[in-house]
Amino acid sequence: MTTSTVTASGAVPEAGAPVPGRLRRRLARWGFVAPAVLFMLLFFGYPLVRNVVMSFQHYTPETFFTGEAPLNGFDNWSTVFQDDVFGKALWHTLVFTAGSLLGQFCIGLALAVFFTRKFPLNGVLRSLILLPWLVPMVVSGIVWRRILDQDTGVLNSFLDTLGLGGHTPWLTDPHMALLSVILVNIWIGIPFNMVILYGGLQEVPRELYEAAALDGASAWRTFRSITLPVLRPVITVVLVLGFMSTVKILDLILALTDGGPADATQTLGTLTYQNSFVRLDFGAGAVVGNVLILISAVFAVFYLRANRTEGK
Amino acid sequence: MSKRFNRRSRSAVISVAAVSVLVAGAALTGCGRQRDSSVYTVLNSSTDETYHRWDAQAMARCGERLGVTVEQQSVPAAQVMTKALRMASSKSLPDIVQFDASEMPTFAEAGGLIDLRTLGLGTEDVPRGIVNFGSYRGTYYGAARSVNTLALFYNKDILRQAGLKVPATWAELRETAKKLTRGKRYGLALSAGGAEDGVFQFTPFMWSNGGDETRLDGPEVVQALDYWKSLLRDGSLSKSTVGWTQADVNDQFMAGNAAMMINGPWQVETLNTKKSLHWGIARIPVPKAGDPSVGPLGGAVLTVPNTGDERRERMAGKIVACLSSEREQLTYALNSWMVPANEKAAAVWRERVPELDALADQVAAARSRTAKLGAGWPQVSLALQSAFQAALTGQSSQAALQRAQQRATSGN
Repeated sequence: MTTSTVTASGAVPEAGAPVPGRLRRRLARWGFVAPAVLFMLLFFGYPLVRNVVMSFQHYTPETFFTGEAPLNGFDNWSTVFQDDVFGKALWHTLVFTAGSLLGQFCIGLALAVFFTRKFPLNGVLRSLILLPWLVPMVVSGIVWRRILDQDTGVLNSFLDTLGLGGHTPWLTDPHMALLSVILVNIWIGIPFNMVILYGGLQEVPRELYEAAALDGASAWRTFRSITLPVLRPVITVVLVLGFMSTVKILDLILALTDGGPADATQTLGTLTYQNSFVRLDFGAGAVVGNVLILISAVFAVFYLRANRTEGK
Repeated sequence: MSKRFNRRSRSAVISVAAVSVLVAGAALTGCGRQRDSSVYTVLNSSTDETYHRWDAQAMARCGERLGVTVEQQSVPAAQVMTKALRMASSKSLPDIVQFDASEMPTFAEAGGLIDLRTLGLGTEDVPRGIVNFGSYRGTYYGAARSVNTLALFYNKDILRQAGLKVPATWAELRETAKKLTRGKRYGLALSAGGAEDGVFQFTPFMWSNGGDETRLDGPEVVQALDYWKSLLRDGSLSKSTVGWTQADVNDQFMAGNAAMMINGPWQVETLNTKKSLHWGIARIPVPKAGDPSVGPLGGAVLTVPNTGDERRERMAGKIVACLSSEREQLTYALNSWMVPANEKAAAVWRERVPELDALADQVAAARSRTAKLGAGWPQVSLALQSAFQAALTGQSSQAALQRAQQRATSGN
């Protein structure tokens, strides 16, 4: 917002402006940018560089006392890549992210469309659906761990009453655990998707729908040819933000399964945590962290490119 | 227009300057924090209200005796190590750190601890096993106030109704657990969760069978894991075992969902809140009658970190000596249901809490997890966790443990 002020005043005719005035103006321009740049350098640039450097260092508890962390080339990288848990964690992270986003988005969009209709208690229901978003992640995790317990969990008791088995090993079977964790994360992510998409839907001009109705378009056709295209920028934002918060998942998994059983829900986030804070091998932890940053960076590039084409 | 603009730019510059000053100021005050010469701090994990209160009382008594003020700073157990490391790098270590004994070697190896003997702490009345528990590579760094281990807890009423006696061998445990499994109730509950809890619970089975943490793929360890698998196959253990912490196990036992459990004395306080529950305690069953029952030694030790200030370190040594004195140990042990480290205190404790006698026996034969591996323990522990979880959910014990052994040795 500050930059827009600067450009606005920059548009004032400069023909007769004396040189010191222009210099001052340029200084002022930088003055507005400086806090942001300083902030970025301090809180994003420094940790990022530090993390990259750390991944090439033998960084152990001793380092905290001596301050010395000798460079060890690609030792940390090869240790991490040779560990077969890394491959698993990478795969789990991708499945988890894709699955979560797909579920959150589809259900969120469906609910958003649903709530654009007028019906009694619409507002109340909409605010109730926000609840999962307001509960801290760790609390959700712990509650869901109880709900999904194989013998005493509410979900299995419920399924049992319905006569649908009810002995599903949600979190205790390595083949089930990742799916269960994804389902819980979908539950957590629905409100966010719904709220943003609902906001986007309010922006769709009514006339377009009226025109479509006059042309005799079906509901599906209207949704596909009007709602979706108009909603596209909002969809991009929802998916990008969702991706950023999902790919680095840690707290939910720690609370639900601790990465288990048998590493079945180990993701890059939990692996970084384990390397750095359980094994206290901060170099190896930094390697996994860097991989995570790299994945996010690739995605960010796609996002920026998509945005640019949209701008044109 | 331009005038307003100038004013704005000036205020922007001022705000940038103000922010910089604030940041720099905060950083500087963080570094140069002046210590009050009569106030000593202890970093511990007593975040539970009860433990925090007991510690505060003990520290007040010791502080009064020594003419200083002792304060505690409590963080969750999993954060003590990282917090202490961060404090070390910013040169703001507390005077005393209470580490879990399995973490102490890591901090000692980094050169962060002072030999307690040089601070005048004696070990005359402490059993050798517990001195070793607080030592790393022969140096005594940590004074234990109390120690704990695991034991077999059983529901007296359920066993009596079934006409069964308390199992003492693996075969008996398997048989009894099978018979006690009925309806929603399992015969036995234990924790095989993917964290230190699960490993802690596996060690008595591994060690009593002669297995060793330096050879995870040895036949004794494989047998021990196969034994766990057999309990699960019989249906005597819940399939949720792989997701349970020791606190979950206690909940199951208290709710009547398990007739017996493997757990530690720190649960006694909670167990006693349910008046209708009559529980007993016995040694963890062994492979064959007559085998020694070797449990894991658990608990925290008080250490004096290397701050470079000798005067303060000496006083910290005195505070540790006071907190781990016979009298304080007894008070602490009676409060927390754990076994005093000091022999004399333990003898008095046995008379006062005869119901936990079995636990005191188990402690006497217990083994420390880090005795052999020291700072290498976390690596082995992680490999072992993933191995028994894989085996309990379908893999063969042999294959899972072979992989664990590879993982445990590759990272070092």
